[in-house]
Amino acid sequence: MEKVIEILSELHPDVDFATADGLIDDGVLDSLDIVSLVAEIDTEFGVTVPAEEIIPENFNSAEAIFAMITRLDEE
Amino acid sequence: MQKNILEYLEKTAVRVPDKIAFSTGKESMTFREVQTQSRAIGSHLASMGLYGESVLIFMDKHPRTVTAFWGVIYAGCFYVCLDEKMPRARIDSIIDSVKPRAVIADKKNYKAAEALSLEFTLLYDDISAGDEDADALASIRCRQCDTDPIYVVFTSGSTGVPKGVVACHRSVIDYTESLTDALGFDENTVFANQTPLYFDAPLKELMPTLKMGATTYFVPRMLFSFPVRLVEYLDTYKINTVCWVVSALVQISSLGALEAHTPKYLTTVAFGSEVFPRKQYDLWRAALPNARFFNLYGPTEATGMSCYWRADRELEADEPIPVGRPFDNTDIILLDAENKRAEQGAEGEICIRGTCVTMGYYNNYERTDEAFVQNPLNSAYREIIYRTGDIGKYNSYGELVFVSRKDNQIKHMGHRIELGEIESAAMKREDVARAVCLYNKDKKEIALFYVGEPDEKQMLTELAQALPRYMLPSYVEKMKALPLTDNGKIDRRTLIERTNRKENT
Repeated sequence: MEKVIEILSELHPDVDFATADGLIDDGVLDSLDIVSLVAEIDTEFGVTVPAEEIIPENFNSAEAIFAMITRLDEE
Repeated sequence: MQKNILEYLEKTAVRVPDKIAFSTGKESMTFREVQTQSRAIGSHLASMGLYGESVLIFMDKHPRTVTAFWGVIYAGCFYVCLDEKMPRARIDSIIDSVKPRAVIADKKNYKAAEALSLEFTLLYDDISAGDEDADALASIRCRQCDTDPIYVVFTSGSTGVPKGVVACHRSVIDYTESLTDALGFDENTVFANQTPLYFDAPLKELMPTLKMGATTYFVPRMLFSFPVRLVEYLDTYKINTVCWVVSALVQISSLGALEAHTPKYLTTVAFGSEVFPRKQYDLWRAALPNARFFNLYGPTEATGMSCYWRADRELEADEPIPVGRPFDNTDIILLDAENKRAEQGAEGEICIRGTCVTMGYYNNYERTDEAFVQNPLNSAYREIIYRTGDIGKYNSYGELVFVSRKDNQIKHMGHRIELGEIESAAMKREDVARAVCLYNKDKKEIALFYVGEPDEKQMLTELAQALPRYMLPSYVEKMKALPLTDNGKIDRRTLIERTNRKENT
C-alpha cells in the first residue's frame, strides 16, 4: 500500500494520497497518469493490468488501486 | 448563394427540428433548441450594442457552449473560446490580443469569468432564455458579408506567444462543403467529438452536424483514460464516426482494448494532426476491417483540414500513411528553396491556395506577413497563399506525402538529417509503441524519447545497427508515457525542456 502511495506521490507531490478518494471523479488523475500508473504497476509489482481492469472504480483511490493489484496478483 | 454559416442551422432546424443536434450523452439539445437559444443570445448581444467584435466564451464542453458560438455569430460578432484548464497567462495574452468587451460563461465558470474584469460578464442561462428580436437579427444579416470573421482560434506558436487565426464565413462554408462531400457525411452520421472546442478541429463535427442534420456527442474527457469505458460509450450512443487526434486512437489500441472491445457501430475513422504509428494503425485496420479510414492533414491557418487520404489500398511495410490530395476548391503547391515549383517527386514546402486560406493572425501583421504571402509563381496580381512550414512530396501514386516539419529537417555535424527516420528506426521493434525525436538547437543535440520495453542502452545498441553514426541520438530517454498538449498531440516543447534540464548518456 505504501508503495502505491509512493508511486502516486511521484505523479502529484501536492496531493495527500493516503486520504484522497475521488482521484478520477475529481479529475486529479488524467489519462497520462493512468498510462504511467499501469506501466509502473507492471514494473514495481510485476502485475499486468488488462484493459478490462482500467476502469474509474479501480483508480479512484490509493486503496482501490492497491486492492486491484492484490486481486490481480492472486489470480 | 450561401453567405453565412447559420443558414445551415436555419435550414436544418426547419427540416428536423426535434432531432438531437448536440449531446453529452446525459444532456442533449435539439436543432430547434439550438436555434431558439442562439437567436436569443444574438438578440441580447445586439441589444447591448455589440457588433463586429470578439466575444469570449468561458464554458465547459456542452451543447450550450456551441449554441453560444452560434449566438455570437447571430450578433455579427466572432467567438473566442476559453477553457478552465488554460493557464491564466494564456488567457491574459488572448485578452490582450482581441480586447473583448464581453464574456459568456456557464454557472461553473462564472466566477472565473467575472475575475477577467471585462465590461460585461454574461450568464448563459440568462441571455439564452430571452425573446428573440427578429428584426434586429435580420438587419445584422443584411449588413454582413461572407468575409466577416466568425472565430479566432489561438495556436500555441513556437515562440510561446499564441497567435490568433481569424476565419470567416466563406472559408468555413468552403471547408464544410468539401469535407462533407469527401468523407460522405449525411444525416445518419453520429459523431463522437474528442478535440477541445477552443480549436478549429471540432469544426469537423460541428459544421457537418448543422449542414446535414447529423448528431454530435461530446465525449467526457475522463473517458479517454479508460479505453473499455470509452468503447462502451461509443456503443451506447451508436457512434459511427470519429475524427480524433492520433493519440486518442492510440490510447485505445496500445492498452490492448481493441480486440475484446471493438466499437460495434464505427464505420468511419478519420484521424490527423499527427503521424499515426504504423503498428497502431494496423491494429485499428484489423479490428475494423469494414470501416473507412481517412488520414486528414491541414493547418488551422487554412481552415480545419486541407488534404485527405482514404485508406483504400494496403501500404508497404515501411510506407508512411499519405495525406493524399487536397479537398475540392483547395490547391497544394510544393515550393523548393528557391520559391519555384518543386521538381516531380522532389520535396518542397507545402503551400496552400484557395478560399480555405484564412485571414491571418489577429492584430499581428508581422507574423501574418511571414506566412501568408504572395504566390511566388504569380507575378501578375495579388494572390495570397499560406506557407505551412511542412515539407512534402508526391509518391508514385501521385499522392501527397508529409515528410516532416521544416524544423524537423536538421543540419547536424554537416549532415542533413530527417528526425522522422530516427523515430522509424526506434519503432521498428515490436515492443516500442511510440518514439519521438527532437533536436535541441542550443545544445546541438539529437534527443529520442520513446515508450516501450527496451531500456536506453538496448535502444542505443539497436539504433547503432540501423543508423549511421551521425544520426545517433546523444540523449535517449525511456518514458512511461509521452506528455501531451491540450489537443492531445505530443508536447514537444516539454520534451525539449527535459533535454535542457538533464544530462544524459
